[in-house]
Amino acid sequence: MQDTLLEVKNLSVDYETDEATFYAVNDISFKLNEGETVGIVGETGAGKTTTALAIMRLLPARTGRITGGEILFKGEDLLKKPENEMRLVRGALISMIFQDPMTSLNPVMTVGKQIYESLEIHNLEHKSKQQLEERVDELLELVGIPARRKNEYPHQFSGGMKQRVVIAIALACEPKLLIADEPTTALDVTIQAQVLEMMHDLKKRFGTAMIMITHDLGVVAETCDNVAIMYAGELIETGRVEDIFEGTLHHPYTKGLFGSIPDLETSANRLHPIDGLMPDPADLPTGCRFHPRCSQCMEICKTTHPKRVSFNGHDIVCHLFTEGGAGK
Amino acid sequence: MNGNMKDASPKKHVSLSLTEDEAVNFKKKSQLKEVWRRMRKNKMAVVGLCIFTVIVLCTIFADLIVDYDKGIDQNIEIRLQSPSAEHWFGTDMYGRDMFARIIHGTRYSFVMGIVAVIVGITIGGTLGAVAGYYGGIVDTVIMRIMDTVMCIPFMLLSLTIVSALGPGLVNVLIALMLSMVPNYTRVIRSAILTVTGMDYIEAAKSCGTPNRYIVFKHVLPNAIGTVIVQATMSVGSTIIAAAGMSFIGMGIQPPAPEWGSMLSEGREYMRYSPYIVLFPGLAIAFSALALNLMGDGLRDALDPRLKD
Amino acid sequence: MLRFICKRILVIIPTLLGIIFIVFGIMALTPGDPAKVILGEKATPEAIEKLNKEMGLDKPFLVRYVNYVLDLLHGDMGNSYRSGREVSEEILTRLPTTIRLTIGAIVVAVCLGIPLGILSAVKQYSFFDIAGTMTAMMAASIPAFWLALLFILLFALKLGWLPSNGSESFRHYILPSLSLAIPTSASLLRLTRTQMLETIRQDYIRTARAKGQVERKITFRHALKNALLPVVTVVGMEFGFLLGGAVICEQVYSINGLGTLIINAIRMKDIPQVTGSALFLAFFFMLVMLLVDILYAYIDPRIRARYQTRSKK
Repeated sequence: MQDTLLEVKNLSVDYETDEATFYAVNDISFKLNEGETVGIVGETGAGKTTTALAIMRLLPARTGRITGGEILFKGEDLLKKPENEMRLVRGALISMIFQDPMTSLNPVMTVGKQIYESLEIHNLEHKSKQQLEERVDELLELVGIPARRKNEYPHQFSGGMKQRVVIAIALACEPKLLIADEPTTALDVTIQAQVLEMMHDLKKRFGTAMIMITHDLGVVAETCDNVAIMYAGELIETGRVEDIFEGTLHHPYTKGLFGSIPDLETSANRLHPIDGLMPDPADLPTGCRFHPRCSQCMEICKTTHPKRVSFNGHDIVCHLFTEGGAGK
Repeated sequence: MNGNMKDASPKKHVSLSLTEDEAVNFKKKSQLKEVWRRMRKNKMAVVGLCIFTVIVLCTIFADLIVDYDKGIDQNIEIRLQSPSAEHWFGTDMYGRDMFARIIHGTRYSFVMGIVAVIVGITIGGTLGAVAGYYGGIVDTVIMRIMDTVMCIPFMLLSLTIVSALGPGLVNVLIALMLSMVPNYTRVIRSAILTVTGMDYIEAAKSCGTPNRYIVFKHVLPNAIGTVIVQATMSVGSTIIAAAGMSFIGMGIQPPAPEWGSMLSEGREYMRYSPYIVLFPGLAIAFSALALNLMGDGLRDALDPRLKD
Repeated sequence: MLRFICKRILVIIPTLLGIIFIVFGIMALTPGDPAKVILGEKATPEAIEKLNKEMGLDKPFLVRYVNYVLDLLHGDMGNSYRSGREVSEEILTRLPTTIRLTIGAIVVAVCLGIPLGILSAVKQYSFFDIAGTMTAMMAASIPAFWLALLFILLFALKLGWLPSNGSESFRHYILPSLSLAIPTSASLLRLTRTQMLETIRQDYIRTARAKGQVERKITFRHALKNALLPVVTVVGMEFGFLLGGAVICEQVYSINGLGTLIINAIRMKDIPQVTGSALFLAFFFMLVMLLVDILYAYIDPRIRARYQTRSKK
């Protein structure tokens, strides 16, 4: 049995603006063991990035508010840490890779300096400047960029190369947990594969646990051990990757997600996308959040929020399923 | 395994039953409403709008508020008086009623600021739109000329033009107008360029929509926001510039009650009666402030991103 | 970098010719006969015609323009119609005063506006921010020449702390520089604040936060440089604005600078003097913009790169 690295318990996050309150993340829980990867999958606006920012405690200061729950990292609640201690966690123990490499790097600072900065902040062993510079070279080579390019500026790199630099920054202090927020969405398909492969290798090498946030089921299948499907701020189905990709029991939304992917093996004439749009997070539907779009909607779904039902570690939140037995 | 395809993002389905025109109108209407609603919530903008309304009312109804003659007729016996019930803002060195002069003064600098900006925008906007939309050699020629003119500081250019044309209301107006053309050409050109770079213009072009239609239906409505904000702000600075021209004797000539020339005339007497320079200055400052507040409010209302 | 500077300096030449053309062209539109101005109303028509010929005023505009430019190359801007002295000499004796005044004003404006703008953005929605932006809003709406009058009233006439006119000592420059600087510093404050807020919202700031960087270093190391880029350009533009403001402010404080010279020349229809003075100020403004461009390229590697690749072609 591996040790639990991160445990998110009943986390809820709101965004409050002058106009309305947006319920971005509602009462989610999941666990992540050391060295494992969990994929969080969902449509744009499902609350994936908000979850990641909440773990990093980087929510927009004025609007974002964590309204409940705990985030236990190595048994310690990150939400209770004062800001100056949290700062030592960021970058050193938990790192994050952002979605768009084009804007994630400071345009007026050399890439070498941006990596160096990360090392400098968490230089607990008081290494010399020389040693840190050597480490920068090493990191660049590690992500496949020649070390001589460290004095160049971000605009001199392509998108894929920039994302490599971002990864180098994130891995600089060999964190225990890496949160990757759609790390390949902004890249070309061929580059996507390269970057993913590199991340996978580095993760194995350092034994880093990872939260992979994506809307791309292909990426999940390739990289994750566990999967959590997110919809309107809730985790509606969680389980091992085999449960999700090969199991037969699924939340109707998960079925819908898979239905919208063209499959080469079964020749279908048309895709089966999910009708409708994600609900407005300021005005969530009653009962099950998915019921307005659900093809198997029942009366109870409109009024009562379904309970979590567990099948041997594979959890589904849907009225179609009851404890211990399959649904229809 | 089900998915090795890279793009598995669930497609969203929206049924579009509106025609394009209806959609544009609908968008425009609700956008205007939205901007107005946000603007009303911004206290500073409302204050600006109130001051502006008061000044506009003064301009229109100046004769009903106070007699023009009171601000022109000289009466040495009551010169340099402090504010009183009879002379709200006191009297100047010739015994003229300052309140009457200030109220009737709205018809000079304030109106000049607005007129100069409107004409300046029309000329500059046309040039900028032509440069931005057609590009190529037209763009290069127009912009080279404008860049050169812009190397001459605004006030200096206006002064040079006035010195060639001679002082006077109309000449100052022409000078201010011409001096702001290059700036507007630039602003509108870049607004047009930003908009023409957008995907929806590409989309309209690829559908074979005629150029004229694109410019009027898509480009201008979307560039207008930036222009309105810019214009509102620059009315404020133009009022100050117009008053400044009169202050140095290049603008409207005495005895016309122009705020700038009132300051310049009153300078010698301010040690005896500070009110003589206080009120005309306040009038200029409040006019400029009203427009700056409105411009700020408009900008925030059009671009709410900056607020949170 | 050096190549960039050289290129940028070369670009100045056509612009300068353009400026001369515009100013010279506007002045050529002035109605009235220069010879009449010089010789007075009582001069005979023959004498006027003779003088016009001597000065080359009977030649077409373009010829006069080319001659003017050629004379300029020798440093000759003609003689003042009024004093009869060389225009360049009249300008050079007054130029230092005006430059001291504007530079003093821009230094004060930058030192006040930018730091306060940063503070305002960092402490967004605090009491300081709200009070600061409101004060700035009002200050930006105040005409500099009115502020100058009020300053004289308060600090010179009432309190007697500082002199109200002249330009003999450092103390004489305090009030004029301040009255010019305050409206400008207000607009710089507002611009810096907006730029900082805009920059703090960028993704790379979030990246820096995710590294665990302290907020203070994020502000100074990451946000400031990016936010100041547009501010630098505006400081250059404000310099032009201040030159114009200085022309008026010199009148208020009775300072015998270029502004006073130019206004007197306009009143007396002294065309060579107006042309020369306007050119000098425009040229000076251009030099400032050149400095701004160089500074810009120094801060922003993207601009530098653009010039490097262009020169390789």
